[in-house]
Amino acid sequence: MNGLLGIATLGREEIQAILDRARDFQAPPGQGFRTFSSLAGRTLVNLFFEASTRTRTSFELAARRLGASAISITAQASSVSKGESLVDTLNTLAAMRPDAIIMRHSASGAPHFLQQHLEIPIINAGDGTHEHPTQALLDARTILDRGAKLEGLRVAIIGDIAHSRVARSNVHLLSKFGAQIVLCGPAPLLPSELVDLAPGVTLTTSMDEAIRDAGVIMMLRVQLERQHEAAFPADEYFQFYGLRLEHLKAARPEVIVMHPGPINRGREISSEVADSQKSAILNQVENGISVRMAVLERVLGGGMNANAAH
Amino acid sequence: MPTLLIKNGRIIDPASEHDAIADVLIRDGIIVEVRPNLTAAGAEVFDATGLIVAPGFIDMHVHLREPGFEHAETIESGARAAAAGGFTSICPMPNTSPVNDNATVTRYIVDEARRRAVVNVFPIGAITKGSGGEDLAAIGSMRAAGAVAISDDGRPVMNARVMRRAMEYARSFGIPVINHCEDLHLSAGGDMHEGSTSVRLGLRGIPGCSEDVMVARDILLAEVTGARYHVAHISARHSVEMVAFAKARGLNVTAEATPHHLLLADADMQPYDSNYKMKPPLRGTDDVNAVLEGVVSGAIDAIATDHAPHPGSEKMQEFERCPFGIIGLETALGIALEQLVHPGRISLPKMIALFTVNPARILGIQRGTLAAGAAGDVTIFSATRSWTYDVSRSLSKSHNSPFSGKTFQGGPCATVVAGEIVWRMDQ
Repeated sequence: MNGLLGIATLGREEIQAILDRARDFQAPPGQGFRTFSSLAGRTLVNLFFEASTRTRTSFELAARRLGASAISITAQASSVSKGESLVDTLNTLAAMRPDAIIMRHSASGAPHFLQQHLEIPIINAGDGTHEHPTQALLDARTILDRGAKLEGLRVAIIGDIAHSRVARSNVHLLSKFGAQIVLCGPAPLLPSELVDLAPGVTLTTSMDEAIRDAGVIMMLRVQLERQHEAAFPADEYFQFYGLRLEHLKAARPEVIVMHPGPINRGREISSEVADSQKSAILNQVENGISVRMAVLERVLGGGMNANAAH
Repeated sequence: MPTLLIKNGRIIDPASEHDAIADVLIRDGIIVEVRPNLTAAGAEVFDATGLIVAPGFIDMHVHLREPGFEHAETIESGARAAAAGGFTSICPMPNTSPVNDNATVTRYIVDEARRRAVVNVFPIGAITKGSGGEDLAAIGSMRAAGAVAISDDGRPVMNARVMRRAMEYARSFGIPVINHCEDLHLSAGGDMHEGSTSVRLGLRGIPGCSEDVMVARDILLAEVTGARYHVAHISARHSVEMVAFAKARGLNVTAEATPHHLLLADADMQPYDSNYKMKPPLRGTDDVNAVLEGVVSGAIDAIATDHAPHPGSEKMQEFERCPFGIIGLETALGIALEQLVHPGRISLPKMIALFTVNPARILGIQRGTLAAGAAGDVTIFSATRSWTYDVSRSLSKSHNSPFSGKTFQGGPCATVVAGEIVWRMDQ
């Protein structure tokens, strides 16, 4: 595995191996996280061209718990704002020889473009409206932890699908494992070509239809910052596409509600749902660290047999 | 001026419906005679045995970037690339800096071309001042200075009333109005064709309808005004169908297609490779088929490259930040043979017409034929020779092409402008 650019090009076995390894890194019930040393002495650069607290922190903690050191650079602090090109910025960083670069960028394909010109592995922490592979991995880990099987599972993903990298990565992953994926949102945010993304995808503009018999409901953040135009009237969004308790009755009794965060209470999800027993939102955050540990170890070749060092 | 005798080639001149093995004699820049077994004392002789000898190819849509963007291309370098592609005449679009919207700029291009270009350069003037879409440019003066058409290529006139007036005014000078059809509101922010590939890659789409709605508008205006109207780089199925409809109504409407729109669909693009980024974008397979069908049916009249040089530094960026456009002069003939002639879609003479007599008629220029008395512009090419394009050896100053490394069956062998061999293939 040379870097991690997206789920679309990842094999099922590779995904399974990461998900399995992530389990080893989860904190045992009632205990704290353990630390490992499989990446001792390695250096990671977190290069974030787009604001993000949770993903960046999650990668930093993941690196630290494997014994690696991580430095974080944000776009505002870097020379990008001085007009340096992306290629030059990356070449400069590469000359300092980190072991991997974790990168978030607002342009779709930016890490793919750079990987063509760079030997150092790049881990995609979200590129534009394209992919967010570690989010899909941690979502899958969270679903499996709740005892669900991905095969045949009906997953409703609701919100601004058109602009969502979380949705794309999840569609690719879930489809590879045989899930039925229902994508739902107002039509301007739900291009018909989404059905060509992967097998098992259907579309609906009706929230009730999407939720019927769903085992998992993934709500997406309404990202007004990614809207280049007013493609829908934001004022009435919650009325038609906000998740409320009454919706859950149509879902399967064991349904779980997920959200990549940060949540907009009262915009796409009601507080009652976000704080309910059905919500797996905090499990997602927790799994973010263990899944990213598994990814880092795999990319940096820390070895699957490196065992816990206490 | 020297005398040139081209011997034993297969002469194909669609304008005079000539197709036979013969010789061509050019003296003082003018074609003197075309018939077998010609001799001429002291003439330079080019042996064209086994080759096709055609009227000089005309590319009615290129960007030479001069004045203003000489780091990307100059009139001189663009003309050399044109000659290497078999073109003897090229028409640069007015989106230079300053914009070619007045006779001074037109004259600069004409003079500079006369001094430095190895091929003929027929400039296209702007429709509106600065191509700003509002006030009509000095169309009559540019015409007088040598402009052969008007266009706000790349910055289409969005205001229908301005377009109507432009068509009316252009009619008084007998020159065609060429439009890059793109409703800028529908295409805003788009980086590639809107379809399954754009959705998968998370790139913003340029829908086919952004072209269609403007083609529809312009055809209605062409009928109202009686203008000669030409659709640049047509790429979408409905647009092709509407041009066919306009022709059936007897309107003076023509269209060109680029080689890349004949060959590639959006799904063929290498993800996030800016050498596949242009406007209009590579469309869906159904659109590519429609463009091919349009060439076969005659709805599409000409092949034009939309040669759009950009230096490497501008193409080495995030896809969404890269400028639109690819170079195309040197690969046009190879692609046309591959997509049109070799699969049997059209005959060789018909393909040659797309490069010669048809664009000459659209523009009203005295080119595109090998008849005695015509300008001594000749394109000599092989329809079978296998060769591989290496963009690093391109004569263009820019190397933004998706076709480097591609092997073609057939391509240019020698280019003759006014009786002089201005380019010949390395032996």
